[in-house]
Amino acid sequence: MTTNRGAKCEISFLVNGERRIVRVYPMERLLDVLRRELSLTGTKEGCGEGECGACSVLIDGRLVDSCLIPVGQAEGAEITTIEGVAANPRSSALSAAFLECGGAQCGICTPGMMVAAFHLLDHKPTPTMDDIREGLSGNLCRCTGYLQILEAVVEAARRTTAR
Amino acid sequence: MRADPAEYEFRTPASLKDAVKLLAEEPQAWLPIAGGTDVMVQFAAGTLAARKLLNIWNLPELRRIEVLPNEIRIGAGSTYADLRGHEVVAREFSLLARAASWTGGIANQNRGTLGGNIVNASPAADSLPALLVYEADLVLCSAHGERSVPYVNFHKGYKQIELAPDELIRAVCLRRCFSGYFSYARKVGARNAQAISKVCMAALGRVENGAIGDVRIALGSVAPVPIRLPETERTLKGKPLDHDVIAGAGRAAVAETRPIDDLRSTARYRAAVVGNLVVEFLQALGGANRHA
Repeated sequence: MTTNRGAKCEISFLVNGERRIVRVYPMERLLDVLRRELSLTGTKEGCGEGECGACSVLIDGRLVDSCLIPVGQAEGAEITTIEGVAANPRSSALSAAFLECGGAQCGICTPGMMVAAFHLLDHKPTPTMDDIREGLSGNLCRCTGYLQILEAVVEAARRTTAR
Repeated sequence: MRADPAEYEFRTPASLKDAVKLLAEEPQAWLPIAGGTDVMVQFAAGTLAARKLLNIWNLPELRRIEVLPNEIRIGAGSTYADLRGHEVVAREFSLLARAASWTGGIANQNRGTLGGNIVNASPAADSLPALLVYEADLVLCSAHGERSVPYVNFHKGYKQIELAPDELIRAVCLRRCFSGYFSYARKVGARNAQAISKVCMAALGRVENGAIGDVRIALGSVAPVPIRLPETERTLKGKPLDHDVIAGAGRAAVAETRPIDDLRSTARYRAAVVGNLVVEFLQALGGANRHA
């Protein structure tokens, strides 16, 4: 058992493939630790209550909202942020499609959308429109009206599987 | 204002035994946190009263789904994604799998747990009507042992639960006896995902020799706790599924619920939806039986 009353603790995890160790309070949100301690500012804060998906990251390959995760629960985890997704060659068709289809406008939701879309295509390389709608249903956008984003994911899937 | 993380103690027990031991030592002090989808929202809003958090996320004893010959025991720490992805849950308890699929979005389903949904005790929780119609039992555990409580007795009033401060929900038990039933589930909300229900319903029915053999109807968001409709069910049993019986059941269901006006909907709208959903369920039950 570990006790950490009002005290910082050491958290060790793998972030975008790199071993990182941070000294933080265990109830700090993973979102804040990524942005402040690791300068990974691609992950955005939208609502701060798990409704909007702007802070989406992958933990051990699963899509999560980093605003709802106390960093104490991330000890030993493997975390992939938008920076890790962007560096992955498998995401290049996705970012190109977002650009071409107008899938990004103000940009605040875009990193979360890309992480969720990347996660979806990783699990379902040839998704139906319902799969895409469901895969992105936890990500809110207030600019595009969603159609361009859905189209971008369809396009990315088409290009990736056509290869 | 947002809470200051420096004010919180956070402890990760090595086992379920360690967790309940800690609760036994200081029962009022510790708040269990699993996926954090409710606790962290309160934390962010600065309304989290507890200052000591007991991290039960991913505790192996709470995250298994055990399939036994006559029942299935779902660890309380199982996530919605675990429920959706489990073959026996999806096949034999489709109402629970469907409720899991429309709770939040994928990210919430990867973190939110069935036990957390039960303890948080929202009258609008999507998974709870399914537990009512399946007549689930909850296994509660503490340092003194385990006890079993029918889920129907667990939610005693608005946000009042049958759980002592030194107890955790260990598992949700469902009997495997629903293969002959027709299942119906609907969520009515502003949006399919990420929206709390205005009304949600889970129902089971079985027709025998042209008459209703067994019928179970449960609703969320229409009373201080999720409820069954015993009067409506009683009026239906043994009756043929004809137009008059179905229409009468719709009216009986409206009479049996006490919805309120709140930020998500109005009592009048909710009552109309309750009647319509009961009618839709019974028509579908009749249709399924004709085609069987």
